[in-house]
Order: sequence, then C-alpha cells, then structure tokens
Amino acid sequence: MSETELEIDVDREEDADEETTSDEIAVETRDLSVWYGEDRALQDIDMKVPENKVTAMIGPSGCGKSTFLRCINRMNDRIDTCRVEGEVRFRGKNVYDDDVDPVALRRRIGMVFQKPNPFPKSIRENVAYGLKIQNKTDNLDESVETALRRAALWDEVKDQLDSSGLDLSGGQQQRLCIARAIAPDPEVILMDEPASALDPVATSQIEDLIEELARDYTVMVVTHNMQQAARISDKTAVFLTGGELVEFDDTKKIFENPDDQRVEDYITGKFG
Amino acid sequence: MSAGTDTNELFGDVDLGWERLKGRAFLGFCIAASGFGVFALLLLLGDVASQAVTAVFVRDISVVRFLTESASRFPDEAGFYAAVVGSAWLMLFTVLLSFFVGVGTAVYLEEFAPDNRWKRLVEANLANLAGVPSVVYGLLVLAAVVNLTNPLSGERVGPILFAGAVALALLIMPIIIVSAQEALRAVPDSMRRGSRATGATNWQTVRNVVLPAALPGILTGTILALARAIGETAPLIMVGALLTARRAPEGPFDTFGAMPTMIYYWADRPEVDFHYLAALGIVVLLLILIAMNATAVYLRNKYETEY
Repeated sequence: MSETELEIDVDREEDADEETTSDEIAVETRDLSVWYGEDRALQDIDMKVPENKVTAMIGPSGCGKSTFLRCINRMNDRIDTCRVEGEVRFRGKNVYDDDVDPVALRRRIGMVFQKPNPFPKSIRENVAYGLKIQNKTDNLDESVETALRRAALWDEVKDQLDSSGLDLSGGQQQRLCIARAIAPDPEVILMDEPASALDPVATSQIEDLIEELARDYTVMVVTHNMQQAARISDKTAVFLTGGELVEFDDTKKIFENPDDQRVEDYITGKFG
Repeated sequence: MSAGTDTNELFGDVDLGWERLKGRAFLGFCIAASGFGVFALLLLLGDVASQAVTAVFVRDISVVRFLTESASRFPDEAGFYAAVVGSAWLMLFTVLLSFFVGVGTAVYLEEFAPDNRWKRLVEANLANLAGVPSVVYGLLVLAAVVNLTNPLSGERVGPILFAGAVALALLIMPIIIVSAQEALRAVPDSMRRGSRATGATNWQTVRNVVLPAALPGILTGTILALARAIGETAPLIMVGALLTARRAPEGPFDTFGAMPTMIYYWADRPEVDFHYLAALGIVVLLLILIAMNATAVYLRNKYETEY
C-alpha cells in the first residue's frame, strides 16, 4: 500500500461532505487563468461541467482549449514555465490545494490524448496497466474484458489479447487508449482531440463511443471540429484566441442561437 | 513549344559543367574517405589471419592445446586458457560494477533531474570522463585500491582481479551512461504522459513503461561498452595484472591475467614462436569481440519498437 492510496481515501471523505453543495456538477472552474512564462493562455475561466454529460470545448488553434483540459487533471504541472491561478474544483475540492496529490487526482480523472499512445506491451497489459499500478488486481481478466467492451473494441481483439497494442490500426489504438483510461473506473474522462488523427470511419466509431461513455462518466472533449461538437456534446464551450471563454451553454443553443456575435461568426465559418 | 526549338537557344546561357565537375570531385573524395577505414580494417584482419594460419598450419600449433593450456616459458607448451578465464571474470565484475550505477545515473538525469546547473555540471563531467585516457583510471585504482592496506589481514590489497574490474568499470561508465540516456530519450514522451494520466507515480512510470521500452537499447549500449573494456590493456598493466597468466584466477580476490595483457606479453618477447601465439590470441579476442557486437546488433534489431 502506498501513500497515494491513503490520499484517495482522504479525498473520498471530503467528497461526502461536499456532495450536497456540488450536486450534479463534476468539475467547476473559478477565475482560472494560466500563463506560459509571460504569455497568458487562459483568462479568468468560469465554467460548471455537468455530471454524466459530454461537454465539448471548441475554438480556433491557440485559443487555450487544450491548456484548459490539462488543468483539470494537472497535466500542466511538469511544464516549468506554466503558472496556474484560480481554482479547479472537482466535487467541490480545489485540485490545486496543497494537500491534493496530482497522482491521486489522475486516478479519478482519466485522460485520452490526440495521438493514440498505447504502450509497447500486449493489448491485455495495456488495459490492465492502470488497474495494476492502482492495485486493483482482483478479477483482472474480467475488468480488462469490461473495459474493452465499453470501449467497443472487445469483439475485434478478444482473440489476440497477447499481441502488441502497437500492431492495431490507428482507430483501434485510440479505442485501446480509451479502454486503458476507463479500466480503473475514473469519474471524469478528458479527451484532447481524440479523433483528429483518425480516418472518417474510425472517427465516427470514437464519436459513438463518446456518447456511450457519457452514461457512466463525465466526458470533456476538446475538438477543433465544430460538426463533431454539435453531434456528440450536450454542452459546448467556445474559446476564442487569447484564452477567453466567450460562451458556454447547451450545445443546441450555441449552434442555433448563440448570444455572442463572435461565436456566431466562428460557427458560421467567418473566421477560425 | 514547337519541336524545332534549339536547345542552345533555350539554355545556352546556363553553364553547369564546372559545378558538376566540383560535385563529382567531392563525391569521389567522400567515397575514398569512407573506403579508407574499410581498407585499414581489411589490412589488419588479413595480417592477423595470415599469421594465425601460419601458426596453425606451418608452425603446427595445436588450437586445442592453445585453448586449454596456460602461459609457459616454452612456446610449444603455452596456451591462452587462463587469460580467457581471467577476462571472463573481469567482464563479469566490470558489468556488475558499472551497469547499475550507469543506468541509475542515466535514469536520474533523463527522468528526474530538473534542468538546472547541477544536471549540466554532471553531464559536462561525464563528457570529460569519457575523454580521460584509460591509463589514468589504472593509476587511480592503483592508488585507491591496490595500494591500500587490508584491515583484516594487515597486508596490502595487491593486484587483485576486483581492482582491474574497478578500473575497467570506471572506464566504461560514461559510455554506458550516455548510451542509456540515448535509449531513454528514444522512448516518446507520449508514453510517459499516457502512464501519468492513468494515475501512475513517476517511479511507476519509469519502472513499468520507460525502462522496459528502453531496455534493449540500454543492453546494446552496455554490450558495446564491454566490448571496449575487454580489449583494454593499459589500465590492467597499471593495476598490476600478471602479464603471464599461468593459472586461471579463482575469484575476484585472486591475482589475474587477461587476454590483452597476455597478447602484449607474447608480442613483446624476442622469440618468434611467441609472436605466433600472440597472433592466435588476437584471433580469439577478435572472435569474442565480433560475437559481442553481433549480439548487440541482434538485440537492437529484434526489439526495436516503431511507435
């Protein structure tokens, strides 16, 4: 047993206290600002991400949407020049508080990256990875199968679980990475342009999968593809250059009747 | 454009002849330069091989006897066995002493050390250590190990095999560190991110993802470093290795002789008969070297990962 295990338990107790105040909100940011050296990447972002829904972040390149996503599970921590101000509240607890261990945090907020990054290990080992490092090794085979089924990959790989994850196609690799992320059963899944490196067929598989996942998980997706955001998300946040959150509302509202003229211009393709 | 247009009219003002000539001259120089190394190696191999062939077929030196007997005053009774065993022991302790320290240093520098002055100091130091002449390591070990007094027996430690291994381990440590660093750098950062995002600590990431992925590269580098160590003569002479290995060492605290010192001794003798023994010794040493390098290449090709 490690110290990090202990940290998780501490977190859980605190959640219980906060449960009433943070009803149905999984992640909330308050005045979140990020700098890379002198450059400000995000400006005072306030956002409430609803539980068990798909929330999409869209915007032109360099608008800070990926930076925002990486703040949620503190993947920015290792970038020396990166400075974060404000709060990211996960179930009411600010994840940037001194007593939060980022490792414990990431065990409850999983992540999938733009480019599929399976480990050079077997398919089984890839999915079991999170379970093993988190000491959740009871019924390992069963958990691996469940995760692969949820990631809609089981039927394609069930006969080759011991072959390398790197031998799969790009779309399969990305679903393998999703299986790896959900196997230890996190509560929130962050996805950074999960389909942008894939062909149209694989993209549509990933999109279907994201909608599926929202039944069990809170999903936050960064995408540069507006149609994709419109298809799969319940809520949409529009970031514009300079790291400003211009509008955050129901996806339907954003795409049909946005309040902000700049959002309308962006969505109708006048820029970006 | 009609077919009748005169080429001269079109391109007449462009003269490429001189540029082309310079290009060909330069290419010729580069080919000759790259051929020079191959030529020198072939010359060396040919010379050694012809001497070895003469030794076996003209001088009638028995290969079996050469490999089973040890050093002797009489060329017809002398063999290489004790030297081969001595070198094998040396390599065992050299790799034990250098591998873990070397890989540990590389892992610290690549995976944990913040990019600060301390890290740059260590790296500059390593680059300098790699350039230190091997004889200096021999002198260092002579002073720091061989000439010490053993607190248990009250005697001088003396020229033991372990001291030789320390000198060789120090010599190849920078090579192991640099090659391990390169192997670790070849593991894409996306692997580390994937592991950390799954909730792994730095240690778990290094232990379960980075090191397994880098291990073939690390082993390849280590084998090549050992191949360098096995042919080193100067530090062993400094440490006080026996030039004539009459019997195989019985352990790390025994006196020892090794292949390169034995070859050096034979080649230095005035009697021509010993020169043929030296040639045979070089053939054995070269075969072992080629086998080590082949293993390294095999490992690299077999476990190379395309991410």
